[in-house]
Amino acid sequence: MPRTLTINGQEISARSDQTILEAAREANIHIPTLCHLDGLTDVGACRMCLVEVSGSSKLLPACTTRVQEGMEVRTETERLRAYRRQIIELLFAERNHVCAVCVANGNCELQDAAIAVGMDHVRYDYLFPKLGLDLSHERFGMDHNRCILCTRCVRACDQLEGAHTIDVMGRGARSLIIHDMNVPWGEATTCTSCGKCVMACPTGALFKQGSTVAEMVRDADKLAFLRAARDRKVWNV
Amino acid sequence: MSKLRFASVWLGGCSGCHMSFLDLDEWLFDLAEAVDVVYSPVADVKTFPENVDVTLVEGAVANQDHLELIHTIRKNSRLVVSFGDCAVTGNVTAMRNPLGGADVVLDRAYKDAQLLRPQVPHDDGIVPPLIDHVVPVHAVIPVDLYIPGCPPPAKRIRAVLQAVIEGKSPEMIGREMLKYG
Repeated sequence: MPRTLTINGQEISARSDQTILEAAREANIHIPTLCHLDGLTDVGACRMCLVEVSGSSKLLPACTTRVQEGMEVRTETERLRAYRRQIIELLFAERNHVCAVCVANGNCELQDAAIAVGMDHVRYDYLFPKLGLDLSHERFGMDHNRCILCTRCVRACDQLEGAHTIDVMGRGARSLIIHDMNVPWGEATTCTSCGKCVMACPTGALFKQGSTVAEMVRDADKLAFLRAARDRKVWNV
Repeated sequence: MSKLRFASVWLGGCSGCHMSFLDLDEWLFDLAEAVDVVYSPVADVKTFPENVDVTLVEGAVANQDHLELIHTIRKNSRLVVSFGDCAVTGNVTAMRNPLGGADVVLDRAYKDAQLLRPQVPHDDGIVPPLIDHVVPVHAVIPVDLYIPGCPPPAKRIRAVLQAVIEGKSPEMIGREMLKYG
């Protein structure tokens, strides 16, 4: 069943099983995202895609909210812009993101998001948590200082590779990405060393061993390609 | 039009931002037409002067000298500009923060790595004492403008200074003006 809705006053039609994000993208309306990755299920974790919907006092994540008939969605309001900048600033304040020495410098979705929201500085106190670095895997590394807990690696490992080596431990800002039952990555027996988690990572948290500043270029589109190939037998994305 | 009184200071940073400033090449002549350099690491001036129009601050606040100077800078400057990632975020200078306070860091640098008579230099007045927690400039004083970048590209510095000279506020929008690192 097709649904008709408006986004920023523009009338669009979408399938009833589509999310606001999918419908917006088909209509070439940009909604910022961080934890979303084509080919993985959405979890609404990062809150970057929050939109205003008439009749709802709450802001709704576009990636996990289905379209409805007559929905009036707004994606660019002062309130949303302020929250988006706030979210990005809080992510920078929560861990130790140092673009100048990062493998992902120049190829980082967090860095791009900071530019997009106009972050000329961070208004919150930096927390400077003491976090570790896991270089026990022979091919890949994980730097928790740069992790934004988007869980894209968790979902890529589970949904595309089917290994579910990666998961999240703890709660809130103290959450950590772990391998198996919190063992060093190199000792995680379920890891197939496929590298899909590295492809999925939006920042420099996951990287290939040996890559230095600004060298980490990833091809997250390959994951969407895999998903389309398996589910729909479409081989050209 | 009277010339602007221009200052630049070098706190906890590598001087890379000042190198990038010098990378303005021949535009420095235009700048010299519009400003008087009243204080800078590249000028031999001992005390931070009064009535400064614009001050570029490179580096994070990392020691006692920085802490004292930054308050003088604020008091004596109409516009304070955080110049580069260390001033804006703490950046590399603040990477010691997760390790703990100043003592932990000094021990690591002077004792842990030394085999022969390891000791931390401690005579008064030799080197300024480190503060425990490195902070960006705006954590200590109000800041008027921010120029991110490690270092900020010369084009970005020029765009900001050009606007300041013309009495406008620079448009800090987009990759050209806002990319960190």
